[in-house]
Amino acid sequence: MASQKDILLQVKDLKTSFFTKKGVIKAVDGVSFTVKKGEVIGLVGESGSGKSVTSLSIMRLVPQPAGKIVSGEILFKNENLLNKSESEMRELRGNKLAMILQDPMVSLNQLLTVGYQIGETFKYHGKADGSLLTKCINILKKVKVPSPETRVNNFPFQFSGGMCQRVLIGTGIANNPELLIADEPTTALDVTIQAQILKLMKDLQKEINASIILITHDLATIAQICSKVYVMYGGRIVEKAPVKDFYHDPQHPYSEGLIKSVPVLGKRVKRLYAIEGQPPNLINPPPGCRFEPRCSKAKKVCSQKYPPEVELKKDHQVSCWLYS
Amino acid sequence: MKVYLLKRFAFAFFTMFVVITIVFFLYRSGEADPAHIMLPPDATPKDHEILTKNFGLDKPLIIQYFSFLKNAARGDFGKSFRYNESAAKVLFQRFPASLQLGVAAFLFSAIVGLAIGILSAVHRDGWVDRVGRVIALGGMSIPSFWLAVMLMLFFGVTLGWLPVSGRGEGGLLDTLRHMILPAFCLSTYPIALITRLSRSSMIDALKSDYVVMARIKGVPEFYVNIVHAFKNASITLITIMVPMFVYMILGSVVIETIFSWPGIGRLVIEATFARDYPVVQIFILLITFLITTAYIVADVLYAVVDPRIRFQ
Repeated sequence: MASQKDILLQVKDLKTSFFTKKGVIKAVDGVSFTVKKGEVIGLVGESGSGKSVTSLSIMRLVPQPAGKIVSGEILFKNENLLNKSESEMRELRGNKLAMILQDPMVSLNQLLTVGYQIGETFKYHGKADGSLLTKCINILKKVKVPSPETRVNNFPFQFSGGMCQRVLIGTGIANNPELLIADEPTTALDVTIQAQILKLMKDLQKEINASIILITHDLATIAQICSKVYVMYGGRIVEKAPVKDFYHDPQHPYSEGLIKSVPVLGKRVKRLYAIEGQPPNLINPPPGCRFEPRCSKAKKVCSQKYPPEVELKKDHQVSCWLYS
Repeated sequence: MKVYLLKRFAFAFFTMFVVITIVFFLYRSGEADPAHIMLPPDATPKDHEILTKNFGLDKPLIIQYFSFLKNAARGDFGKSFRYNESAAKVLFQRFPASLQLGVAAFLFSAIVGLAIGILSAVHRDGWVDRVGRVIALGGMSIPSFWLAVMLMLFFGVTLGWLPVSGRGEGGLLDTLRHMILPAFCLSTYPIALITRLSRSSMIDALKSDYVVMARIKGVPEFYVNIVHAFKNASITLITIMVPMFVYMILGSVVIETIFSWPGIGRLVIEATFARDYPVVQIFILLITFLITTAYIVADVLYAVVDPRIRFQ
């Protein structure tokens, strides 16, 4: 176990639900994980598996009024974020806790200049002295936007998608956050730009030594910058593994399926592998393992009780009845 | 931008020309005879002939039209048949009263409507939203003439707090007291409209990712609502509120009649029935001018708010 000092974020049995007319959607249903200082974690899973809701829960920005954090603890530097007041949370957001959203073109306000939107990060954390403009220009330099002195006064619609994402990353790292959550930062971009953005994030991570939670469904991205992978399925984490183990020796049948469904260059296959069936309905989830209906290795117990988390070796845990 | 504005004004001028031409001919195509309406029942045919000639209505329509254009170009829109004074003078003597009432009603509707609309969107399903929905429904459905009479009865007659007719003679306070009831009645529908519209456009804006992003940056809720959400929502509001302002200053026949407010709404209705061509014509020109100008102003405001338009 890592010593208490190294741990930056500890999420314990987090449950976040959406209360809708159709019923209660248990989007996140008992998620626990830790993030150490300076560590880059990959959070993978298909759409609707609860990745984004987990990250918004950490920011305490679950969509209102339907969404609500039902129970659990989110310990950031040993303080429970769920006990903080709204103004204490506001102090943390954009300061020690930063986040980048997935679609850069719509995450920037089209009516305000890029400089203004970066500047807000300083302004509302009491860091706006006379040199606000210089600070914004420096941020643009950091994220390698060309001719930052003129670009700072441009509007988002005058930027390309990749440049917008650089601006968003810039606002994320502006106050040297201790934790940066990147929610699919490369999904909306084309492949060449994706590589550039990932490289940029990697470099900046080293520079400011922040912990990063990278949310994605792109396994290639994970392989490039993460050291650990947490696999989410149906609102729960089903496997936690170091990145190498995850690729070479995935234990959970769902992780196995994920790895198998990645096409490999140079390998001839008749048909790409796909996991059969649909993601579970989270309104009335079955009592057992969420993956059971789609799992080829399902046993009788799988549909009756949710499997406990088992530690297979150091830093590698899995929740599956095959192992317990 | 300058070239663009010049083009717009040229087009506005053309619109006014087309509108006044149509009105000129349409209005005179009826059977009605202004001289006949004006004269007492015992007038002789001779009197009728003199009056017709006096109004210049004896000449062929096309000659009348060109002499109207010629005079209009010099700023002379003819004499009112009824008042025997310049039509422009007649209209602009009464216009300030309507302007005053319209501006007051507009400001009141804008402040109340935007406040309720924005608060309803920010605290959705909260008590402001619930009350706001009732106010909006009421404003849309309660006829202003009924409301006007009820308010007169209650505040004017029963309580005796407020005057119920006229524009007031004395100072500012007296004028304000006279304005309260008519301005309120004039603003019920606009309040409902602005409330509904600002609520829905704010809700749309608040759902967007840039609002979430602003919160992620730690921007305080007040600035999230105003700087990020309202700025985007205001584009829709400009579209509706600028022309609304024009309609409100052009006077309401119903309200002006009920409260004996000496505005142009009543003047023009009376002029229309009396076939007082010059007064009606200059009124139509005023409407056309104000509406076309309003749309130009709205376009300028769009450009002020939205850089995407500014940079086109």
